[in-house]
Amino acid sequence: MRILVVEDDLEAQRYLVQGLKESGHVVDEAADGESGLALALSRPYDVAIIDRMLPLKDGLKVVAEMREHGNSTPVLFLSALSEVDDRVKGLKAGGDDYLTKPYAFVELLARVDALMRRRSPVGVKTRLDVGDLELDLLTRGAKRSGTDIDLQPREFRLLEYLMRHAGQVVTRTMLLESVWEYHFDPQTNVIDVHISRLRAKIDKGFEAPLLHTVRGAGYMIRAH
Amino acid sequence: MRTGQLLRTQAFRIVLVYVLVFGFSVSALLAFTYWNTRRTLDAQTDQIIEAEITGLAEQYSHLGLRGLAETVRARSLHGGQALYLLSDGLRHTIAGNLDAWPQTVATPNNFVEFDYERPVEGKLETRRARGRMFALSGDFVLLVAQDVHERYLTTRMFTTTLPWTVALILLLGLGGGALMSQNMLRRLDAINRTSGDIIKGDLTRRVPLAGSGDEFDLLAENLNRMLDRIERLMKGLREVTDSVAHDLRTPLNRLRNRLEESVARLNAGGGGSGNMANEIERAIVETDQLIGTFNALLLIAETDAGTTRASMVALDLGEVAADVMELYEPLAEERQVSLTLVPAADVMVDGNRSLIAQAMANLVDNAIKYTPEGGQVRIGLAVKDRFVEMSVADSGPGIPAEDRARVVERFVRLEASRNSPGTGLGLSLVSAVAHFHNAALVLEDSDVAGGGLKAVLRFPRTVLRTASLKSAAE
Repeated sequence: MRILVVEDDLEAQRYLVQGLKESGHVVDEAADGESGLALALSRPYDVAIIDRMLPLKDGLKVVAEMREHGNSTPVLFLSALSEVDDRVKGLKAGGDDYLTKPYAFVELLARVDALMRRRSPVGVKTRLDVGDLELDLLTRGAKRSGTDIDLQPREFRLLEYLMRHAGQVVTRTMLLESVWEYHFDPQTNVIDVHISRLRAKIDKGFEAPLLHTVRGAGYMIRAH
Repeated sequence: MRTGQLLRTQAFRIVLVYVLVFGFSVSALLAFTYWNTRRTLDAQTDQIIEAEITGLAEQYSHLGLRGLAETVRARSLHGGQALYLLSDGLRHTIAGNLDAWPQTVATPNNFVEFDYERPVEGKLETRRARGRMFALSGDFVLLVAQDVHERYLTTRMFTTTLPWTVALILLLGLGGGALMSQNMLRRLDAINRTSGDIIKGDLTRRVPLAGSGDEFDLLAENLNRMLDRIERLMKGLREVTDSVAHDLRTPLNRLRNRLEESVARLNAGGGGSGNMANEIERAIVETDQLIGTFNALLLIAETDAGTTRASMVALDLGEVAADVMELYEPLAEERQVSLTLVPAADVMVDGNRSLIAQAMANLVDNAIKYTPEGGQVRIGLAVKDRFVEMSVADSGPGIPAEDRARVVERFVRLEASRNSPGTGLGLSLVSAVAHFHNAALVLEDSDVAGGGLKAVLRFPRTVLRTASLKSAAE
């Protein structure tokens, strides 16, 4: 996948580019808003990671101009600014996701993966499968090896999100943001408790667990 | 316009008092004039009567009854203002221009006032007269009187017009007062509306000037100068917060990156270095805690300043409370604490959804943390007269009343909880969120069985929809 990184802090840029390359992506980089915008408009990218405050042209303006030119590359904003309103401003300006510095690289990677996944058209699915676990989006029913699993509405949404990102790391903040639609810091790791409940429902009594904990990052659902 | 509001204005009250005092003064002045005029006129009349009586008494003593009767008859023929009646002891008329003893209507100072009839332009007219009776030796009585009808009419005019005059003064005064207060009220309304908008966070608003250079304009100018200053200070504060955020986040980001990189390298190197990798991972956890505290502090600073309101929306507290309840329910179950929600209808406030959720989560998190196994935590919603309340009550150990004010301060942790995890910023953040929403954070005794603490967020009930639309459009 091809990723554009626009970041003026060269140390952070180097780290980001290196990490993304190690994860198997092709990366172009820019250190200011104008060259970033020029790159973004010159060739297709799967994701653009853009710092919120850039020399020559502000990150918000870069994205706004990209959108004006009909460019719909998913954008992940990186910001060292305070959060309450800047997040809203970033998303309003056309950003697709927003990550505050300092971030964990795994968090960034998980979000980049999610943005790319969002972009690849998979058609309208009414059923999700992971191994012998099936989720029927129409009847809102779940089955594992043909046995019905009784899920609460929120557990269903949690499982749906995990299964839509099967094989990808999903972080706790991503779950809170997309399943609960909140962006805040729950002091205790309440998401973990929800996951262990869900795990008890879908993995208990089966030999091969599907829901995995990825140490230091989050969770992943996959068949093997 | 709102009559109630008009009556409550200071301007109207001043006018009302002024009009009452003025009305009273005018009444007093008129009453005095009336009294004085009447007294002067009466004195003149009385002097004439006294003089006549003295003259007639002399006639009587010199010429006897016959002479007196002659004189009275002669004077009666003049047909002027003077009236005479001379009668014997049985009140039989001997002489005079009155045909009978009149009915007395008033007797001020030995004088009598009575009504009599006299032909004026061919018609009989009832007129007022004032006179004095004089007893002569031999049981004869002499009445000498003057027609005072003109005086009577004049004074009567006073008494009939006085109430109307006063009523007119009051009416005109109150009308004028209402107009004046309305004008003042309009100017003050403009100032109040602007201040209201500014309190809601729109610091760009200024009080409009009428251009007349009066004291209201002066007040508005001073307010505007003050607002310019506040706006500059707030902007400065925001810039400081932003640059602190930026200048600390950038190196923290590098630090975390480097630590992550080192772990990755050690792990890639394989074997042997596991211990080192663990150490660095622990350093990452410490860094994350540092970042967490830093973020919380920054959020508090930003929220406390309340300079930005772009994310304010009309919000159903019930929905947020249900979400937070749902989020924490498994945790409560794991800790064997019963978590319940007492809902209420129509708990709408204007607010920032994630800030309010954060505040509720902090309160619920604290409550679950400090409530022993088997205890209970209750999230409550209530709509009061002027407030919308969201509360979290627990059956934990509670906070002594004397410490309650202190625990909302930054970094304050009570001795009892020194060893449990947390930044000590949880309640400060709740308090900042409350402040941001013009709400109050009240800590009181819990009303769930077993006592404990009840934290109440009390939001004002007015939904400030227009303000949020305005600042969202910026």
